[in-house]
Amino acid sequence: MLAKRIIPCLDIKDGRTVKGVNFVNLRDAGDPVELGAKYSLAGADELVFLDITATHERRKTLADLARDIARHLNIPFTIGGGIKSLTDVDVLLDAGADKVSINSAAVRRPELIDELAYAFGNQFVVVAVDAKFVDGDWYVHLNGGRIKTAHKLYDWVGEAQERGAGEILFTSMDHDGTKAGFANAALARMSDQLSIPIIASGGAGNKEHFAEVFTTGKADAGLAASIFHFGEVGIGELKTYLSGEGIAVRPV
Amino acid sequence: MVAIINYNAGNIRSVLYALERIGVAHELTADHAKIRAADKVIFPGVGAAASTMAHLNQTGLSEVIRSLTQPVFGVCVGMQLLCSHSEEGDVPCLGVFPERVRQFRPVTGEKVPHMGWNDVQLRPDHNWVSPEVDGSYCYYVHSYYVEAGPDTVATTTYCGTDFAAMMQRDNFYAAQFHPEKSAQVGERIIRDFLAV
Repeated sequence: MLAKRIIPCLDIKDGRTVKGVNFVNLRDAGDPVELGAKYSLAGADELVFLDITATHERRKTLADLARDIARHLNIPFTIGGGIKSLTDVDVLLDAGADKVSINSAAVRRPELIDELAYAFGNQFVVVAVDAKFVDGDWYVHLNGGRIKTAHKLYDWVGEAQERGAGEILFTSMDHDGTKAGFANAALARMSDQLSIPIIASGGAGNKEHFAEVFTTGKADAGLAASIFHFGEVGIGELKTYLSGEGIAVRPV
Repeated sequence: MVAIINYNAGNIRSVLYALERIGVAHELTADHAKIRAADKVIFPGVGAAASTMAHLNQTGLSEVIRSLTQPVFGVCVGMQLLCSHSEEGDVPCLGVFPERVRQFRPVTGEKVPHMGWNDVQLRPDHNWVSPEVDGSYCYYVHSYYVEAGPDTVATTTYCGTDFAAMMQRDNFYAAQFHPEKSAQVGERIIRDFLAV
C-alpha cells in the first residue's frame, strides 16, 4: 500500500537553516545537512529545502547545498527558492537534487513548467502554490502572500498539471502558522480534480491534523516546519499514531 | 571496481553518492572497455524509454549491456530497459528479461506517477536479497511497470496490479524502486547486489 508521506521543511539562508530549531541531540542546529540527516533517521519520508538567500551568489550556494545533501542523505529531497530558469535547474539536477520546486517564476511565466517537464521529466517538477481565500474564492499569491494574482487556485493547479507538473505543493496562507489544521476542503477538491500527488502545507499543529489531512483532505503528503523543528510532534510518534488510525505510513 | 553506466538519463549522481557512502570503488563511465572490464555494473536511470533506447542504440551501449557477463544491476528505468518492450513510446528494449513494460491505469483514482514509499514483498524463491527487505518500504517514482513474471524476485501492488519490484535472471539484477533513495533498506539492497 502506497504510504502517506511526512515531509519536514527546512528554510535555508546562506547555506544555514533559519528560524529557531530545537531538535534533539543536534550538535549544530544550523547545518541543513546534519538536520536533514537527523530527520531521515527519525523517519522522515522526504525533505524539502527552501532557500531564501537573497544575494547574487545564490545559484552557486544552492548547488553546493544540493550536492552536500545528495552526498549525505539516502532519502529523496526537493530543493526550491528563487528558481527562474532551465539553467538554475540544470545545475541542481547535476548536483543530485531529486526534485525542484518552482513557485513565483511559474506564475510569472507558466511555460517554465513545460520546459522543465520536457527537459527533466514530470517527476522532477514540483509546482508550489501559495493561496489565500479572498472574496469568496481561492487566489494564488506571491511573495509569501503579499501579492495577490489573478490566478484562481483550481484553474492554476489544473494548468500546472496540464503543463507537466509532477506534484503540487499547496500552502494555504490562511492556515500557515495558525497550528489549527490544514485547508482540508480545498485540498480534497484539488485531489479529486488532479491526477498528480498533492503535498499539503500550512496549519499543522498536532498529530490529529495529519490524520485529517490524509483522510478528509485526501492529501498524498503532509509538510510542516516548526512543529518538527521544536519537537512538538516527533516523526516516529506521528507515524505510530497515523498507523493506529488505519493510515498507511512507512514504519520508522 | 563498479562501473555506473553514464548515458542521457537523469539523476545518475544519486547512485554514485550511494556507492560513495557505502565506500566501494566506482566510476561513472560510458567507455565500453571500462564497462566490460568492471567487476560489477550498475545501469541506473530516470527518463523516457524511447529517447533513452535511441541513445543506447546510437552509442553502441545496447550491445555492450546485453553482452555483459558480470553482475549487472538495473535501477528504475534501467530495469525497464532490460525488458523486451516498453509501452512508453512503443519501443523494443534490450530484451535481457522477456517481460514487457506497461503503463499504470488507475482503477480507483490512484495518482500516476506511482510516487512515494511502497512495500516490497519478497517471493519465497528469491536468493540474493536479505530477508529483512521483505515487507519493508522503498521509494518509487514511475508511471510504467513491469508485469510480474518468472524473473520476478519481489512484488508491489499499485493500481490493482502486482508488478515486479525486483527481478533477476542469470547475471542481471534489477529494482523498480530507487535503492539509493530508500534509506537503510535501500543501502542493504545495494550491498546485497555488491555481494552476489
